Amino acid sequence: MVTILEQVFRDQWGRVLASLIGFLGDFDLAEEAAQEAFAIAAERWPRDGMPTNPGAWLIATARNRAINRIRRDRTLIAKTRLLQVPEAIEDTMDATTFPDERLELIFTCCHPALALDAQVALTLRTLGGLTTAQIAGAFLVPEPTMAQRLVRAKRKIKAAGIPFRVPPDHLLADRLDAVLAVVYLIFNEGYGGHDDLASEALQLGRALAELMPDEPEVHGLLAMMLLLDARREARFQGEELVLLADQDHGLWDAAQIADGRAVLDRALVLHGRGPYVVQAAIASLHADVPCDWPQIAALYGELSRLTDSPVVELSRAVAVAEADGPQAGLDIIDRLDLDDYRYLHSTRGELLRRIGRTDEARDAYRAALAMVDDGAERRLLERRLAELDAHPT
Amino acid sequence: MGDPFLKEEAMKYMLLIHQGDTPTPASPEAWATLSQDEQQAVYADYQAINQTSGVTPGMGLDLPETATTVRVQDGKTLTTDGPFVEIKESIGGYFLYEADDLDAAIELAARVPAARLGGAVEVRPIVEW
Repeated sequence: MVTILEQVFRDQWGRVLASLIGFLGDFDLAEEAAQEAFAIAAERWPRDGMPTNPGAWLIATARNRAINRIRRDRTLIAKTRLLQVPEAIEDTMDATTFPDERLELIFTCCHPALALDAQVALTLRTLGGLTTAQIAGAFLVPEPTMAQRLVRAKRKIKAAGIPFRVPPDHLLADRLDAVLAVVYLIFNEGYGGHDDLASEALQLGRALAELMPDEPEVHGLLAMMLLLDARREARFQGEELVLLADQDHGLWDAAQIADGRAVLDRALVLHGRGPYVVQAAIASLHADVPCDWPQIAALYGELSRLTDSPVVELSRAVAVAEADGPQAGLDIIDRLDLDDYRYLHSTRGELLRRIGRTDEARDAYRAALAMVDDGAERRLLERRLAELDAHPT
Repeated sequence: MGDPFLKEEAMKYMLLIHQGDTPTPASPEAWATLSQDEQQAVYADYQAINQTSGVTPGMGLDLPETATTVRVQDGKTLTTDGPFVEIKESIGGYFLYEADDLDAAIELAARVPAARLGGAVEVRPIVEW
């Protein structure tokens, strides 16, 4: 029961909170009410059984608690006239009672009047359900700094009158880029091991694709996430990371790859040539056996022109190394100014190992090791180092 | 917000216009760098803003060079010539706007000529006690 409860809480948090923010117009009140409702559920459900629609039950219960709290608070009564609100009835709520307002929430969290780091933090907190500590960890800032960032962002939304809504047509395109960047970040967080976050990002991506069926980049992002996520089962063997070249293709989700390619086709029909569409095309090629490395290298070249990102150049170097040999890849890497990026060192180590420059390979792997703290990634690097020592060339 | 009966009162914003490098008629040399059409557009745009529903036009402010800045230290009034901030950063004008939300205020701010001519508009919510 405990794990089922945790699963429900994870699945429902964003939707419950979005609905409450829409209803109450206040992030903090909504968060308190949601937490209270989840606490009541944790106490009652193991005893009385789970309601047919846990999400609606949680929203209804949280609404009632919030209304009761506000009734007790005279200043807020005066401000919001909540006395007129009819009592919500917990047992008769069905799904249609509460529309999914996560899109309203994500556009509010990603409003350009908020700093980008605040947009990302707020979306992860409200929709991803991450704790402040987890977000702080992901962005390498002290927890009090992140807490302050969230408080300030919530205060600004309220004080400045940032609307809780999906932007009207004439603003939609402008507001979309930040939303896509944030969804992609959440997905990446999920790709690093939080499966629930990956599926959260996929859900958001699907909702965005439904809402904006003519936006190629929305389909591009969704296609890319589907194609990458389809290889999830193959990326880990037990607790250990498995690189693309060593993955068991039988573990790839063929249906989801087909799904991702269909979404990519939709983006291409819409003449999409933006960064997400190009990345989806790359992910699609990666799912071919064998990979068309020259084509992948060319697409990374295109992406590099679009983004001007040294991280993309590093990916291009990997593809070029597969297409034209390790030295061609190394030539690209050695031009990059990316010394504080661990994947630069691990990639260099791998390419140096392939051409027999063992000592330099060892140094590169050690440089990468010094920057990594995640368990699986660390063990992968340690295995590579041990292999170098066991089979020196 | 979700439920109409919970809808709060309209927001009030002060839009503070920072002239920056914006040419104004008060500096004839700079003003002359604008074509006649551009000059007409500036007048027309400000007029349209002042006539927008919800806008309370501000009073005209003379150039920041004419400002006097006042401080009080140990009970003694100290005056200095010029604005509190750099001349380029000082306020060139202001108006009030009553609107549904920040998006509406941002859209109006973007119509202020100074915003496209080298200045900027700061949107500040008004606090009601």
